[in-house]
Amino acid sequence: MAMLSFERKYRVRGGTLVGGDLFDFWVGPFFVGFFGVTGMFFTFLGVGMILYGAALGPTWNIWQISIAPPDLSYGLALAPLKEGGIWQVVTICAIGAFVSWALREVEICRKLGIGYHVPIAFGFAIFAYVTLVVIRPLLLGAWGHGFPYGIYSHLDWVSNVAYQYLHFHYNPAHMIAATFFFTTVLALALHGGLVLSATNPAKGETVKTPEYEDTFFRDTIGYSVGTLGIHRLGLFLALSAGFWSGICILISGPFWTRGWPEWWGWWLNLPIWQ
Amino acid sequence: MKIGFAITVVLVVVLVVFNVAGVFLGDWDRTPVVASQQGYRGLGMEVVSNPRTNAALRRLNVVPEPYPPADPGGPRASQIYENVQVLGDLSEEEFTRLMSAITDWVSPEEGCLYCHNDENLADDDVYTKVVARRMLQMTQHLNSQWQDHVGTTGVTCYTCHRGRPVPAEVWFKDPGPRQAVGIGNRAEQNAPADSVALSSLPYDPFSPFLSDAREIRVASTVALPSGNRRSIKQTEWTYGLMMHFSQSLGVNCTYCHNTRSFFSWDASPPQRSVAWHGIRMARDVNVNYIEPLKPSFPEHRLGPLGDVLKVNCATCHQGVNKPLYGANMLQDYPSLARSGP
Repeated sequence: MAMLSFERKYRVRGGTLVGGDLFDFWVGPFFVGFFGVTGMFFTFLGVGMILYGAALGPTWNIWQISIAPPDLSYGLALAPLKEGGIWQVVTICAIGAFVSWALREVEICRKLGIGYHVPIAFGFAIFAYVTLVVIRPLLLGAWGHGFPYGIYSHLDWVSNVAYQYLHFHYNPAHMIAATFFFTTVLALALHGGLVLSATNPAKGETVKTPEYEDTFFRDTIGYSVGTLGIHRLGLFLALSAGFWSGICILISGPFWTRGWPEWWGWWLNLPIWQ
Repeated sequence: MKIGFAITVVLVVVLVVFNVAGVFLGDWDRTPVVASQQGYRGLGMEVVSNPRTNAALRRLNVVPEPYPPADPGGPRASQIYENVQVLGDLSEEEFTRLMSAITDWVSPEEGCLYCHNDENLADDDVYTKVVARRMLQMTQHLNSQWQDHVGTTGVTCYTCHRGRPVPAEVWFKDPGPRQAVGIGNRAEQNAPADSVALSSLPYDPFSPFLSDAREIRVASTVALPSGNRRSIKQTEWTYGLMMHFSQSLGVNCTYCHNTRSFFSWDASPPQRSVAWHGIRMARDVNVNYIEPLKPSFPEHRLGPLGDVLKVNCATCHQGVNKPLYGANMLQDYPSLARSGP
């Protein structure tokens, strides 16, 4: 892959967290680094285990392949490979690969001397995943509470776990997370629309400055968050969505075992109207 | 800028107050919890429960000690007492033993005179005696005809009454919350109700299914719903009844359903068929035993809309998947299991 003339300027030595210069090189456009190597290792091992599990399973239908966690009876112990052990290995590999990816991002940030916003943001996604397959199973006392790795099967799991609490939309953290997801979409649509509206002028007109963009929102809602601010807001909204998603499943089971509608008893019993 | 700042501060304060209130006022559970698996591993069909709550529930579901067995010999109760219509073929000793047990189960405070006239025990003037007789027939009917639901464990008076003349869990037609005339229409829902586990579903899911025989299955069986005239309201009745099921058995939807396909019997645990019979059993009890007794009941024993107090799942189950944790009281009182009218 060809390298643009100025790209070489940014391909500097150093900044690695582990391994010094040993893995400090590029393959084509991709920086490798120690965590590139570990990431590849976990990815190949994990995907290999998934293929092994699929080969043991009843189908090669891509929608129906499923790598299921152990029975609850195994608790927090290791299970035989064919009884959920594959799921346990895949889980370790997935976490290894995700964390490697985040740390590789950190190394690139260090090379460039920029902030760690991207790896931190990715860390929220990792947190949500780890919550599902490690933290919550630990709190509930069995790896079997994790979700199965399969396109349909994980949807069945989501549906069933939600119905374990009768009506999941009453989960307060789920409400917050869903609100953040929708607000993220709203903010991104407004931001994307605004930038395109200013940078795609009619024929013969010039591209408009951020002052025009600010004025649009000052006129419509009395306030513009600003060119930098919208990105802070967007990051906050998106990370909050992932964070509260993790919280909403974390509290379902370990800290609430009944139907979520019933949780709102405290609201109904407030002395104001009780 | 100032307006934006002020709005942000107000929103943040509201959010923080609301969250803190929820965190501190919510009736949370805590770890460790216990879980049981209903389906294949990883399917997410589980019942998670709080062992502290379970222990409290167990203390509430202790079965009273049975009376020592009675001598089955000697003259029959019908030869000694007048007006013994249901249990006349018991020996005198068996008969008085069962009467004592029923008093313990149903009216321990009020005693025999809750149903009997002090002057003449055979007198049918006391309405509770007429009701009790019909309830004995009902108990025999359930134990002999509804084994698909009650199994061989069966039911006794205690299963529902638990020492109260009127069982703790009964239902009647719900007039709903008071509402100003002409302003809106709640359509018998959208008010948090205990009957549907505090959800906004219709607050009387019992009349359609446990009194009337409405069709509970609302899912279409063809790819595009063609000819399925069922409405959202009917669907919400179904869901409302299911909330009641979960609540009164201390379980959740996945106890009987793989939620991938609620209607599919192939994917459902066997408990669902027990529940299917349970719906019909409760309806049988209400329609054939309890509602016909309405003329016997005094005004104060009727609901606000004038209907009699009826049974639902909670009447027997009281928060436990098997009433009284499956304790078999019937074996000590076999006369309650013979086939009656």
